[in-house]
Formats: sequence, C-alpha cells, structure tokens
Amino acid sequence: MGIPGNLLYTKDHEWARIEGKNAYVGITEYAQHSLGDITFIELPKAGQELKQSSYCATVESVKAASEVFAPLSGKVISVNSQLSENPELINQSPYDRGYFFMMEFSDAAEKNNLMDVKAYEAYLESISK
Amino acid sequence: MPIQYQGILGEHLHTRQAVSVFDICHMGEFLLEADPVESGLDRILTQNIISMPVGSCRYGFMLNDKAGVLDDLVVYRINENKWMLVVNAATTFCDYKHLEKNLSGASRLEDISDKTGKLDVQGPLSLEVLKNIFGKQIESLNYYTFAKFSFEKEDCIISRTGYTGELGYEIYIANEYAKKLWNLLLKDERVKPAGLGCRDTLRLEMSYPLYGQDIDVNHSPLAAGLSKFVDFNKNFIGREAILKERDSGSLERLICFKADSRRSPRHGFTIFDRDKPIGMVTSGSFSPSLSAGIGMGYVSGDYPVGSRLLIKDNSIEIPVKVVKKPFLIKENFSKPSALKQSA
Repeated sequence: MGIPGNLLYTKDHEWARIEGKNAYVGITEYAQHSLGDITFIELPKAGQELKQSSYCATVESVKAASEVFAPLSGKVISVNSQLSENPELINQSPYDRGYFFMMEFSDAAEKNNLMDVKAYEAYLESISK
Repeated sequence: MPIQYQGILGEHLHTRQAVSVFDICHMGEFLLEADPVESGLDRILTQNIISMPVGSCRYGFMLNDKAGVLDDLVVYRINENKWMLVVNAATTFCDYKHLEKNLSGASRLEDISDKTGKLDVQGPLSLEVLKNIFGKQIESLNYYTFAKFSFEKEDCIISRTGYTGELGYEIYIANEYAKKLWNLLLKDERVKPAGLGCRDTLRLEMSYPLYGQDIDVNHSPLAAGLSKFVDFNKNFIGREAILKERDSGSLERLICFKADSRRSPRHGFTIFDRDKPIGMVTSGSFSPSLSAGIGMGYVSGDYPVGSRLLIKDNSIEIPVKVVKKPFLIKENFSKPSALKQSA
C-alpha cells in the first residue's frame, strides 16, 4: 500500500491530515501491520486536551497492547465512533475509515516536528535495515 | 512454527469453520516399553493407565511429591506393554530425567522427539480432508483413540485428539514425511496453515491449560481445577500432598473470567476484588468467537461463577465476571461418531 503524500507523520507511526485549523489523526499502514489484527481501541474523549507526543489512545491486537501519541497539541473535536465495535477498520483502512479522531490543533509551529511523506519513507527505510 | 501466517483472527475463524493444519513438530515424544505396574509407570502418572484399552489415549499429569505439576501429557497405549508419551517441548528434557529416575530397570525408554514430526489437522472439515489422504478407515477413530496409518508407505500414528475444541486429528510421522504431508495437505484448498497465535486463542476459548502459564510446578491439578484427570484410587507420586491439600482446602484456585468489553486481560496482570489484589492472570486474550476479552488466573479466596472482579495493570482497568469453563460451548467434536457430526 502506498504512503499518502498529503499527510504528516511521527516516528511512532501516527499520521495527521491537516484541514484548515483541524487535523484528522490515525496510525500508519506500517503500524497496523506490525500490530496485527486489532481487537480493541481506547480513544480520547471529545473535548479532551492533548499534548504533542503525549499519550492519546491505546490499541490492542491479539498479540499486544500499544500506546498511541498525539501528533499535535490541541483539543479533540470528535472521535471515530465506528472503531469501538469495528476496530478491524484500522487494519483495513488505516489512512481513511480507520482514522482515530479529529482535533483542533493549537500551535501550527508544531507541524515542523512532523515528517512529510519523503522523510517518513526515508525513516521507514532506515528502521528496516 | 510461526506465530501467524495470514493473521491470528482469520486463522482462528478458519479453524472453527473449516480446517487448519498446525506444525507442532516441536512437541516431545517418548516411546516406552514397560509393564505399567512393574515398571512404576502407573505410579508416575496421575491418570489410570491400567484400564486404558490398546489404541486409546488418556490425558493426565506427572507430579512431584508436593503435587506440583511437572508436566501435562497424553499417554498412548500402543499395545499391552508399549506406550507413547506426548509431552511439552520445554519440559522434554526434565520429563525424560524424571521418568528415567522413577522407572524400574525392566523398562525401555526412548526419546523420539528429534525424529518425530507432528501435524495437527483441526476443524469441522478435518475428517473429510484426511479421508482423501488416509482412506475411509479414519472414520472409525473415536475421540481419544488412535490407529496406525500409512503415508507413502511410511507408518504414522493418527489420533483423534487436539487442542482447539474442534473435530480434529494429530498425526505423528517421521520428520522427512511430515514436510511432504504438510505440502500435500495445503494442496487441498479447504486447508490453511495456522500458527501458534491462534493455537493459543483456540485453546483458551476451551479453557485448556497451557503448561508454564496456567499449570506449573507451584500448583497442583486440584488448584487448577483439573482433578478429574487424577485417579485418587491408585498410588501415584504426589498423592499424599494432593490429598492433604484437598482436605485442608486449597489456598489458590484457577478461575475463568470474561471481560465486559473487547479489552484483553494479559498474562501477568493483577486480579482485584474491589481494592484487594487476589491473584494474577495466567492466560488472557481477545476471544474471536465471543468478541470479548477472556482469561484465567489463580486467586486466593472463594469467587464463584458470577462474581465481579477487576483486572488491572498500571492505568488499565478491565471489569470482568467469573464464568464457567469452557468459555465456548462446543459439543460435537468429542461425539463418538465423527461421521454424524460432519454430515
């Protein structure tokens, strides 16, 4: 699966899709593949304040539980309510139907701490060696 | 053997709905020529082996003198005085030493693990698939019986046993033929390979214990709720200790619990009764068949079915309810005629 060019990425394999003042957040194809079949997700609540690189969600697969970190600081506007009953959407469609939540980010300068697709691809290559 | 081939959930459901093959060559096997009484074999094992018909298998334990479980194993009676013992991989060496120490000189014990391959074919379609390879006589195998079959003129043993709760068979065959048989099985489009990951979720749904987690040297079969595999009417190593435990009321008990959510209890998480820690999770996972977290663990105290408990680990809190075992009710797989259930 190709890595979308319009997203920003973290080293922990979260992505953010910027739409004006808002950002959609999820985990990457690489992350969902490493986790395996996802069976449970704990999402933040709407209205919750998040801090960049701090804990924001937990995903569990049959194999293990993993923490997910916020790619940007800001307030959660809405969460993907489909995921609680159908967490497999994260495996099937990590960049689209399997997004975690939408947030209003508070500091646009934080985007500079994230990678664009080229940098993320290079990063994936560096960790696969 | 890998954790997974295509994915644990898919392999799990395929085993429940169709048929999977598991490469279980790592298991230990011993051949033993021994009179069951004179050799001391009957005294080493908790199950009654004297009453076993030739061609049958029986599950039980080897205990130490404190009634701690050294291993769980399946005994195959090949003839009056010939046996195959199927033991766990990690305990093979110690099991061999324990047998050697406690058997009399008149017996002959051989560890055949290195040359013996083992493939488990499990799932409702397993009989149909194996009939194509081994012939119609495999239909006559009842639950926990076995017979000799041949594959490319090589002898093999097939038992109607398994670790999944499905109709299924375990095949013991020389290593070089195991590979050929594996490839042949996978040519049947109904058969998919399954890994250790779904072997664990399948057995846990049936609340079958895993040695090293749910049963170990620190717990007796009584604490593990497995005393039906112990024949108290005979003499065996650990008998005194287990009777003492039975009379005094065992300190710990293995319980089964189901989460209110899809969240998985995991091995090592702590079990709480409100604020009081009462035990530890020994096995835990997401149950694909029940779409909920399930687990087992030892607790101190009396927590009957229906009790509400809490599983905790750092910030994780999983409310659970004590349930009856097995988690998943599966009746067909052990019915006398495999034919009827597959019809």
